[in-house]
Amino acid sequence: MKTTEVIVAFILTLSLLSFPSLGFQSDELLVDDEEFGLEGAPQPRSPEPIPSRSQPVTTPTRKRHSDLDSDSKIQFSLDHAFGDSDFTPAGTFSARLKTWSHGGQTLTKLRFSRNSFTDEEKEKFKNLLESDDFYRIRLPSNVLSPPGRDFIISSVKARCLPREGLDEHFVIHMEGINVLAVNYGSPGSCPYPRNLKLPAKWSFNSHTVLKNSEQAPRAPVFTEEILGGENGEGEVVPPPERSFWAKYWMYLIPLGLIVMNAITQAMNLPEEQAAGQVPAQGQPSGGAVQRGPSSAVRRR
Amino acid sequence: MAIAMAIRSFLFLLLLFFSSLNPILSLYEDQVGLMDWHQQFIGKVKQAVFHTQKTGRKRVVVSTEENVIASLDLRHGEIFWRHVLATNDVIDGIDIAIGKYVITLSSGGSILRAWNLPDGQMVWESSLQGPKHSKSLLLVLTNLKVDKDNVVIVFTNGRLHAVSSIDGEVLWKKDFEAESLDVQQVIQPPGSDLVYVVGFAASSQFEMYQINARNGELLKHESAAFSGGFLGEVSLVSSETLVALDSTGSILLTISSHNGKISFQQTPISNLVGDSLGPAVITPSSVTGIFSLKVNAITIFIRVIGEGKLEVLEKTNLKTAVSDALSISEGKQAFALIQHAGSEIHLTVKPADDWDGNLLKESIKMDRQRGLVHKVFINNYIRTDRSYGFRVLIVMEDHSLLLLQQGEIVWSREDGLASIIDVTTSELPVEKDGVSVAKVEHNLFEWLKGHMLKLKGTLMLASPEDMAAIQSMRLKSSEKSKMTRDHNGFRKLLIVLTRAGKLFALHTGDGRIVWSHLLQSLHKPQACQHLIGLNLYQWQVPHHHAMDENPSVLVVGRCGPSLDAPGVLSFVDTYTGKELSSLSLAHSVAQVIPLPYTDSTEQRLHLLIDADQHAHLYPKTPEAIGIFQREFSNIYWYSVEDDNGIIKGYALKSKCTSEVADEFCFDSRELWSVVFPSESEKIIATVTRKLNEVVHTQAKVIADQDVMYKYLSRNLLFVATAAPKASGEIGSVTPEESWLVAYLIDTVTGRILHRVTHHGSQGPVHAVFSENWVVYHYFNLRAHRYEMSVIEIYDQSRADDKDVWKLVLGKHNLTSPISSYSRPEVITKSQSYFFTHSLKSIAVTSTAKGITSKQLLIGTIGACFTGFGT
Repeated sequence: MKTTEVIVAFILTLSLLSFPSLGFQSDELLVDDEEFGLEGAPQPRSPEPIPSRSQPVTTPTRKRHSDLDSDSKIQFSLDHAFGDSDFTPAGTFSARLKTWSHGGQTLTKLRFSRNSFTDEEKEKFKNLLESDDFYRIRLPSNVLSPPGRDFIISSVKARCLPREGLDEHFVIHMEGINVLAVNYGSPGSCPYPRNLKLPAKWSFNSHTVLKNSEQAPRAPVFTEEILGGENGEGEVVPPPERSFWAKYWMYLIPLGLIVMNAITQAMNLPEEQAAGQVPAQGQPSGGAVQRGPSSAVRRR
Repeated sequence: MAIAMAIRSFLFLLLLFFSSLNPILSLYEDQVGLMDWHQQFIGKVKQAVFHTQKTGRKRVVVSTEENVIASLDLRHGEIFWRHVLATNDVIDGIDIAIGKYVITLSSGGSILRAWNLPDGQMVWESSLQGPKHSKSLLLVLTNLKVDKDNVVIVFTNGRLHAVSSIDGEVLWKKDFEAESLDVQQVIQPPGSDLVYVVGFAASSQFEMYQINARNGELLKHESAAFSGGFLGEVSLVSSETLVALDSTGSILLTISSHNGKISFQQTPISNLVGDSLGPAVITPSSVTGIFSLKVNAITIFIRVIGEGKLEVLEKTNLKTAVSDALSISEGKQAFALIQHAGSEIHLTVKPADDWDGNLLKESIKMDRQRGLVHKVFINNYIRTDRSYGFRVLIVMEDHSLLLLQQGEIVWSREDGLASIIDVTTSELPVEKDGVSVAKVEHNLFEWLKGHMLKLKGTLMLASPEDMAAIQSMRLKSSEKSKMTRDHNGFRKLLIVLTRAGKLFALHTGDGRIVWSHLLQSLHKPQACQHLIGLNLYQWQVPHHHAMDENPSVLVVGRCGPSLDAPGVLSFVDTYTGKELSSLSLAHSVAQVIPLPYTDSTEQRLHLLIDADQHAHLYPKTPEAIGIFQREFSNIYWYSVEDDNGIIKGYALKSKCTSEVADEFCFDSRELWSVVFPSESEKIIATVTRKLNEVVHTQAKVIADQDVMYKYLSRNLLFVATAAPKASGEIGSVTPEESWLVAYLIDTVTGRILHRVTHHGSQGPVHAVFSENWVVYHYFNLRAHRYEMSVIEIYDQSRADDKDVWKLVLGKHNLTSPISSYSRPEVITKSQSYFFTHSLKSIAVTSTAKGITSKQLLIGTIGACFTGFGT
């Protein structure tokens, strides 16, 4: 037991060591940027390049920990509305606010707790289902000082949500601590003739995803790089290897025919011989008889 | 709430229309680079300076509201040379110095340039700075010669400069920053070395500075207070008399200075007019001794007879335009006056000292579609009988420029086409049977003459004029410029709406104007004071009755500059240019959505969204409402508030709940919103797919012989945002603090389907969206180059439909309807390329069936075109 504990601890420390290094990857990229800047146009090295925009953080499932960065817990609420009704609280998102050493802030570890529907809300939701109306949600546009500039609204036809229970799927597009947009809807498809279907159980099954912007791949800046790249490409990318059959079928088919021919002959030969030996026994086929001399010729 | 509609390209050259043509003219390979037609325009003329040096050809130099300086041929109106300055380089004044340089003052008075008159080459440029922002005034002292050099006096940014016109060197400068001086005019009395700077300080103090033009020495400073305050401009009447209005606009002040003493004389305007109807405005003019006032629609001409005595010369309620004074001989001045009377305009040239002694009186028939005369510029010439002749250059309401001489319009330029707001196309009439060639050829004589000319041409006997005649005949009869529809639909009419509110129909074959129509003339002036044209839509495109019905366009306009001003709709026949009907709306027009439905007369249904987000359906017929009700729940739209950084999506809710029952009005509800953080992103471009685009195939074979399905949604919106700091000019920020984010947003649900950040890049972004791809052009600050990126979006939910057996057995989902409410399974592919040119516009070709491969059309700054395969 002791040894396993030691191993676990070792793995943990390894992971602790390795994850910060993941975090540094993009830092290295930034260092790259500065080098480009120095070569391209002389400018002073700014100690804090690109604040607030960095580090594409995908789903907050991965454990990230760094001694430099400080975390704090924050909460923000989700409101909903049935059709044109007013917004009422529907749940809370809780997340960890990670402050990066260079000043940027991002959210990680997003959790969502949904309030279950009250009877009144169930009734409202049923009405929505019947009239194929919109179920609307909203989020603050700034998670630190809600509601920020404005609320982020998203809506879905209520008939898209019921499956077994009520399935919902949030994709929250973040920019630092600002919520840009939220994609709300069913996790699967919701084909057009939306049929009325009441959920079997009135509980929400929520999936949440946090999304940050992708980085565009950088085009090579210097001509050498471009040339290099072109040369690399210029070395004629070999076309995808075709299968053996695709390449040589025109040889293989005649070959196959010859082989087949040879086999039939080889089959006939014993027969012929047998026929020659015991002519009275079998019924010599005409073909075999005709072929007899030719094979005899060949045998010569 | 400012709502930005889909980006409208303000294309400067007509040539660029091809980029917005749809379907576009296709070319054969050997036709690439050949120009069908090319027309250059200059815009509405602001100022004109005539050049009448004996040696040079007769030219006029003009500056326009489109920031163009051009030299025009006075005999034909052709452009000798033309310079288009940048959009923020507004021209404040032009003049001619030492007989060969055109001096221009631009960019709020900070740039002074000299252009060589014969060829338009820039000779020198000097940058003039000053302590504070002020009015900019340009004055060339023609009679002050310093070593054959004319001194150019420029008042700009609170500083008076004297610049040498030979090399642009600043000879002296003098600041007027100490006082809160609002300089109105810089005056040079003829024949002296003095310059007077006249202005108001603290709104009730009249200031006058006398300055020696040779060295900038301040000789005298006089000031006088007037308790009533001043309004607007002063007008110079004679070398020592000025007129101004008090702050209420009801009292006329005559300011005269005698030997250093400034005195005011007050005359209530009601004394002059009889009954004062409202505040008066002094029309700027430079005629000695005479000035004109405008009180409401009445124009009053007043002469100043020494010592502040005023004499009313004429009162008229005709629309009047007055030119500046032109000195015809020693001490004598003349000016031109144009008055509208019905369909005619009366041109009168009067000497400054004798109101009734007309030098010239002519009546000219004027096309009503040109509107009112806005500006008049007078010029004289010596007739064959050695007497003085006058010709005038007039600028009309539709921004066209005309030269009048001897009671005729010598030439006219349709310069309204320099500022185009919107373009749409219309099919030409179908060629009817029974229209024979004989009808086209006017008569037998013409026909014979044509054949004789052609015969001469083939026998090499034709003179150059004959050749030109043959050429023009060929052009006229050529297939390209016929007024009928061709088999492939290449020939079309371009319906163009200009900023002046004029509608033009241009033929795509040769660019000629088929008809034109001023919107303002449609409406009674009291109904709508300032009609502003906004957009053009195809209202009715007959297919079933193409032989006997004409297509029509919908022109959407607005009464007045504010966004919530009531809208105006006008329906115009595209073959004849006649207005079919017009509507003055009770609501404003913020957005117009052409719906993909037509009624039984093939009128397209349009949804007009007003500033309060109510939707109004047009045409207002029961049939339209029936069609609309069926699709009620499937109608969504969005608005982009680009100064706010918010994009919102809407759907229809119910009938309007207003006191007036209106069954064509609907309430809307907000469905989604995307809020861009104001500190890091600002919307700089939005692009959607064309509504009528046809996509031929859904599948695309990629390089590894695999098949991908295009994500084809009509509801995709491309949005580009940039860092607020980086939304200025290129190079104003460092790469570290600039970025550009590109988004693909579904406009039904507000889903962000794709989002990518380009660090170190900035706008301006030009983008084009077609099928499942968007191409956008921006500046890469790190590489110091322009870059173009393409995003392609593919549908992964259909990725399994590659099996032939599935297709054969029908086990595919290719025919299942797509819903925006399904979670999209899309992947995007993108690539970036360096692109050396800077862009003005970008578009993509489209064809009737969408089979022909797409080409990107790129309009670069140098007005050239590039085609790209995609």
